Amino acid sequence: MRLEPRTEPTRSIWVIAPLVAIAVSFLVAAVLALIGGASPLSVFAAVVRGAAGTQFALVETLTRATPLIFTGLAVAVAFRAKLWNIGAEAQLYAGAIMTVVLGTGALPLPAQILVPMIMVAAMMAGALLLLGPTYLKTHFGVDEVVTTLLLNFIMILFVSMLLDGPLKDPMGLGWPQSKRVIADAALPKLIQGKRLHFGFIIAIGAALIVWFINARTTFGYEMRTVGFNPRAARFAGIPVNWVMAKTALLSGGLAALAGVSEVAGLKGNLTLDLSPGFGYTGIVVAMLAVLHPVGVIAAAIFVAAMFVGADAMSRTVGVPNYIANVMVATALLTMVTAMLFTRFRLKLR
Amino acid sequence: MDGISIIFEASLWAAAIRIASPLIFATLGELICERAGVLNLGIEGIMTVGAFAGWVAVYHGADLWTGVAVAALAGAAFGLLHGFLTVPLGLSQHVTGIGITLLATSLTYYAYRIAFPEVTSPPKIQTFAPLEVPVLSQIPILGDALFRQTPLTYLAFVAVIVVAYVLYRTPIGLAVRTVGENPAAVEAQGIDVTWLRVGAVAVGSAFMALGGAFLTMSAFNSFYFDMVNGRGWICIALVVFGSWRPGKALLGAILFAAFDAYQLRLQQLAGAYLPYQLFLMLPYILSILALIAMSRRAGYPRALMIPYRKGER
Repeated sequence: MRLEPRTEPTRSIWVIAPLVAIAVSFLVAAVLALIGGASPLSVFAAVVRGAAGTQFALVETLTRATPLIFTGLAVAVAFRAKLWNIGAEAQLYAGAIMTVVLGTGALPLPAQILVPMIMVAAMMAGALLLLGPTYLKTHFGVDEVVTTLLLNFIMILFVSMLLDGPLKDPMGLGWPQSKRVIADAALPKLIQGKRLHFGFIIAIGAALIVWFINARTTFGYEMRTVGFNPRAARFAGIPVNWVMAKTALLSGGLAALAGVSEVAGLKGNLTLDLSPGFGYTGIVVAMLAVLHPVGVIAAAIFVAAMFVGADAMSRTVGVPNYIANVMVATALLTMVTAMLFTRFRLKLR
Repeated sequence: MDGISIIFEASLWAAAIRIASPLIFATLGELICERAGVLNLGIEGIMTVGAFAGWVAVYHGADLWTGVAVAALAGAAFGLLHGFLTVPLGLSQHVTGIGITLLATSLTYYAYRIAFPEVTSPPKIQTFAPLEVPVLSQIPILGDALFRQTPLTYLAFVAVIVVAYVLYRTPIGLAVRTVGENPAAVEAQGIDVTWLRVGAVAVGSAFMALGGAFLTMSAFNSFYFDMVNGRGWICIALVVFGSWRPGKALLGAILFAAFDAYQLRLQQLAGAYLPYQLFLMLPYILSILALIAMSRRAGYPRALMIPYRKGER
């Protein structure tokens, strides 16, 4: 058995691969459910019911998908240029910090001015955070995977420091939490009395903008070329380092919006458990979407459904909700494997 | 007590060696993988698996050394998976490694919750006890630091010597080093590049798992979520800092751990004036600085992260 390069790249895999990935992750989950002493079918039924069975479940899934769309886009943008940004988690918190700094009463401005201002400031913070590792990559050859990963740990400690100090809520009874954002800084709810908020619309808009950049602008073309073959790109006169820097700014900015949306749209304040790993899950979302920005929306909703469904399932069926994390990781590995067959075919001999 | 006199305390160096032990195992493991040309970002997850597997085996009645073996085997299993995906299939080592970390970590947490559904405080095991080396443990400072440790720490030091010997003094070590530089040359010798690389990744991953096992079977006596806490990523920096050499990596791990032990003590001294989070950040910042400092002269294996396909140029 060996791999043989295809002469013509095939595109049908782009549709098949995500389906195979989902199927394999369900297979693994079935085995885990059996180990956990439950019938796989009852587990799956409970997951589906918990993720989409009721209006409440559906709203919850879309709410959970919102930050994942942002982090998924951030990863997709970076990975396409082969900039391995594993630091979306830290960039998310950078965005959350800016939201709290500007949105808790420091700037008494009307919402139409304050919200865009917070978004711009947050994007700048996230962008700068990724610019550092990118500079180290292009100028010193330091692997950005390790530096962005290490920055995630530094950032959460930094947030903890801020919540003990300047950003501490004086009325927080000693809990590490910030003050709540003022009404003019909050993103409105989409449905009265439900948790789904305007951040979801911004996320969809962001996906469409990224799609436009990718497909219709020179910058999108440059990012693809740099990712495909940096040497050829340099030879073709594309300023590779500058394209990398611009990619980093876009990617870091998108991840920071996840922080804005979670704080200003959902939680209302900054805490240490703002993100249960949205940055890392964004990698899975981006890969499941084959790095396609519109695909990111679908992949984020799917992954969010797994998590929301598994939470509900673990309450009723009693199988640990970590089954969703296993499924998501399995989907990632299967997806990367399946994508191999766009360029190769399996030859039996 | 002031900041300087701490440096001359035996307890600081004893703590440094203790903190260094898991890092030594995992750094050696990563070093073996990278020497064979495969970056293994599964390290963080594989350490988590090792920590859980060794601990749970001992909890269910296995003796400590069996637990160590179980941890190593569990690590090797994930190493085989990483090796299979990145060597014969040639998938992106970055993405696959992150995937392995996510998979290994989530499987561990799932297994933990299945094994202990309702516990609030995790059960404890009887861990390795410190073993005093006769005579040598009487040497001032050095004796306290080096020769009153647990057997796993001694194993870590022995492992450095063994790995260095195998890498530099045996044919298989030569093959591993060459496959990370020029796989075609190894192929020309009639050695199978695929098996060699996959084997190196599996062995390296077993070492990583030992690093994890040290945490639950020697440093602490129980398994906690997030207990690896970025140690794997620090080890990746330590491999670069040690220029892919076992001896230098050992030195790097001890230096790093000494600094960590020092900041813990400084924290008690200066904690009133500075936020404790600043001290906790230092190890990660130090890792980044080490990467920058070494980047210019890093003699990384030339075939690192380049998949090898027979007949392809």
